[in-house]
Amino acid sequence: MAAKRNARDVTPSPPINKSGTSTPTTPAPVVKSATSKSKDANLSAQEVAVAMWDNYVKATPQRTKLIDVFMAFLVVVGVLQFVYCVIVGNYPFNAFLSGFSATVGQFVLTASLRIQTNAENKAEFESISPERAFADYVFGSLILHFFCVNFIN
Amino acid sequence: MTVATENSYLTGAKGRNTRGLLRLVILCTIAAAAVSSRLFSVIRFESIIHEFDPWFNFRATKYLVANGFYDFWDWFDDRTWHPLGRVTGGTLYPGLMVTSGAIYHALKALTLPVDIRNICVLLAPGFSGLTAFATYLFTNEMSSTPSAGLLAAIFMGIAPGYISRSVAGSYDNEAIAIFLLVFTFYLWIKAIKLGSAFWGALCALFYGYMVSAWGGYVFITNLIPLHVFVLVCMGRFSSRVYVSYCTWYALGTLASMQIPFVGFLPIRSSEHMSALGVFGLLQLIGFVEFVRAGVPSKQFQTLLRGFVVLVFSVALGGLVLLTVSGVIAPWTGRFYSLWDTGYAKIHIPIIASVSEHQPTAWPAFFFDLNLLIWLFPAGVYLCFLKLTDEQVFVVVYSILASYFSGVMVRLMLTLTPIVCVTAAMVLSTILETYLSMKSPKSDAESVATEAAASKKNVPTKGGLRSMRNPLVGIYTVVSKSTVVGAMTLYLLVFVLHCTWVTSNAYSSPSVVLASKLPDGSQHIIDDYREAYQWLRQNTKEDAKIMSWWDYGYQIGGMADRPTLVDNNTWNNTHIATVGKAMSSSEEVSYPIMRQHEVDYVLVVFGGLLGYSGDDINKFLWMVRIAEGIWPDEVKERDFFTPRGEYKIDHEATDTMKNSLMYKMSYYNYNGLFPPGQAQDRVRGAKLPDVGPVLNSIEEAYTSENWIIRIYKVKDLDNVGREHGAAASFERGNKKKKAAKKRGPKVLRVE
Repeated sequence: MAAKRNARDVTPSPPINKSGTSTPTTPAPVVKSATSKSKDANLSAQEVAVAMWDNYVKATPQRTKLIDVFMAFLVVVGVLQFVYCVIVGNYPFNAFLSGFSATVGQFVLTASLRIQTNAENKAEFESISPERAFADYVFGSLILHFFCVNFIN
Repeated sequence: MTVATENSYLTGAKGRNTRGLLRLVILCTIAAAAVSSRLFSVIRFESIIHEFDPWFNFRATKYLVANGFYDFWDWFDDRTWHPLGRVTGGTLYPGLMVTSGAIYHALKALTLPVDIRNICVLLAPGFSGLTAFATYLFTNEMSSTPSAGLLAAIFMGIAPGYISRSVAGSYDNEAIAIFLLVFTFYLWIKAIKLGSAFWGALCALFYGYMVSAWGGYVFITNLIPLHVFVLVCMGRFSSRVYVSYCTWYALGTLASMQIPFVGFLPIRSSEHMSALGVFGLLQLIGFVEFVRAGVPSKQFQTLLRGFVVLVFSVALGGLVLLTVSGVIAPWTGRFYSLWDTGYAKIHIPIIASVSEHQPTAWPAFFFDLNLLIWLFPAGVYLCFLKLTDEQVFVVVYSILASYFSGVMVRLMLTLTPIVCVTAAMVLSTILETYLSMKSPKSDAESVATEAAASKKNVPTKGGLRSMRNPLVGIYTVVSKSTVVGAMTLYLLVFVLHCTWVTSNAYSSPSVVLASKLPDGSQHIIDDYREAYQWLRQNTKEDAKIMSWWDYGYQIGGMADRPTLVDNNTWNNTHIATVGKAMSSSEEVSYPIMRQHEVDYVLVVFGGLLGYSGDDINKFLWMVRIAEGIWPDEVKERDFFTPRGEYKIDHEATDTMKNSLMYKMSYYNYNGLFPPGQAQDRVRGAKLPDVGPVLNSIEEAYTSENWIIRIYKVKDLDNVGREHGAAASFERGNKKKKAAKKRGPKVLRVE
């Protein structure tokens, strides 16, 4: 573990795209981390965020960006459902749960796919090729949708 | 066990085939041993369902097979909990019944029609073979040596700690649950090792199956998050952990919510909150790790760590707040009593009254696990030596399971798999060290058996050269064979012990009582089935039977009559009602029985035979449970003599003598003995000369050895008298001279 982490620290430039991943999804923590960064690096939060975003756009492969857009979409759908639940109430609770957990589960599965297909994580997942990762993703998604459809009644 | 010797010189490609074949043969033999060591009770007695709980499972399975799956799923059972009924489809774990139903239909499709009873009886032995196989797979993930898996499989196959809940005829949830437990853990280890979403999803599917089979799934839901949490705390977070855990949680939680009995519990109850918390924590950590990898600054890292700790504590605080404010249900009593061991005895007597819920004594560990229990700590120590992700799992599992098995006898069952695994790891290490017969040359730099304890130095050559480079280790054949011989001896003794324990302690059906006659032949006391059969054949189809809750399932299963309470103790007040009826005087009990439309009352009485598990010995629990609801009407103190003794002889208190239970147990009992000689063999007490008199109920049936006594509740008196008055009139107790004095009369209202 430790060796791997060091290796990552030595080459910091490519992984920046990862932090950018969450820029569209959950912007708040990024801003927070950026402010904390500004303490030692004398950069404003906005500059850091913009730099990260630029780096993300530059360094990320097209396919990963596609995955990220899908994940952002899932987050939007999940947040909308949750807000609706908070406003209107959770009367058919199983319907809310299945809808919400479908988005959460799909998000998590997609994140797993993204991690597994990422070229930097080759060492971590030596037995899993990208094709295998995609097949696993399909398998997991099918199960997830079966359970959600069953649970929504 | 002797495989290792043969394997050692079977090398190469051909050797691999031979070893594969050997392994297959050994596994099949182990499965055969696991199945056949559980058949003692079927061979000695007959193929019947044993304890109390399995009778309900059996009845539900019969319903499933007869009516199909959909009817079973919304089965409303109006023949238990008489006035209330039970929504059975929503209050049971359907995994066991569905499994045996599927086997039934599969065999039928193969044109092998087998009676459903035989499938139910033999389900547990069959699944124990699968458990042995799952243990083999699980151990192979843990240990590099192939022999450890085989050793663990045979241990798991014959360890009495597991046999005790899975003999033939013990058709209980644990029969398939232990297999699912071990197999889920195997899949989990596989998932976390590979970081594969596929194995995570499989693990979630089997977890869902486990949820459908046994309430002990809570153990898995807490163990896997704990494993991940420990890994995170050790700084071993990796994307493999993220992928496997998140896949498992997202799919597994949804899968577990499909079971009606579980429902929304994974969201609402406290037992499941650790899994949710770790899920949230992993999301945060995953995100933070990405950011950290992007911006390499020491200070930034520490700030992020602080951020993680902050969010974690906020989440924990929020959880506590939600629990306190009641949004999330607190721990259930059964689960809570594992932490606060005195809780059940004080607050919920019905939990404390079950004998399985008592703390475990030391001999029980040795009795159930013989040599495994002293190899167990060594195995955990071995795991500490080589601390990979999966070894952490073993350590966490061992610590948690040994605590729980110390608190509750019943949870010895969850300890047994990990004890088998760790003991097998130790034994295989020992055997591997001492079975390699080749001793290295004195100048050989790598010694295969370096890990072995170096007890003595054996200089193979004399002279100065060997003194410079001394060879440390044990290389003589004698010492090696001594150690191996001792281990083999232990293993043989283990097999003997297991067989002996299984044969003597765990293979007796509680329905049939067996005793030995002086000439060694077996005498079977079959009063239970005799009485239940009487009920089945000589009472109305819907005659309600009142008995203590222990016998509810058996009456439902064997006598096929509606009962008031049964072993599924979901309604404490209803049980307390029965307890009050049993422990009050007839004048109080009769209206209660009328209100509940009771037709027959059944008591178990072992005084004639010396059968100690009878209702008089359980009587105090009835009193206690009733006292919990009606503290003014039933008082435990009243059943003790002034010196605080629980007596049934002439010193017994009036409350005791007037209680319905006492009267029903000892009614007419004097008539069996010469005057003044009536003896209760369980309590070892001489009974008073005048037996109790029953007014409102009458004896309907007493079995051959007086173990089961059935009473019929009398109808209301024709002329509207109290039963006591009517009975004393019948006995001719009316006064010879009619008293002229007017009694105190009350105004007639109408």
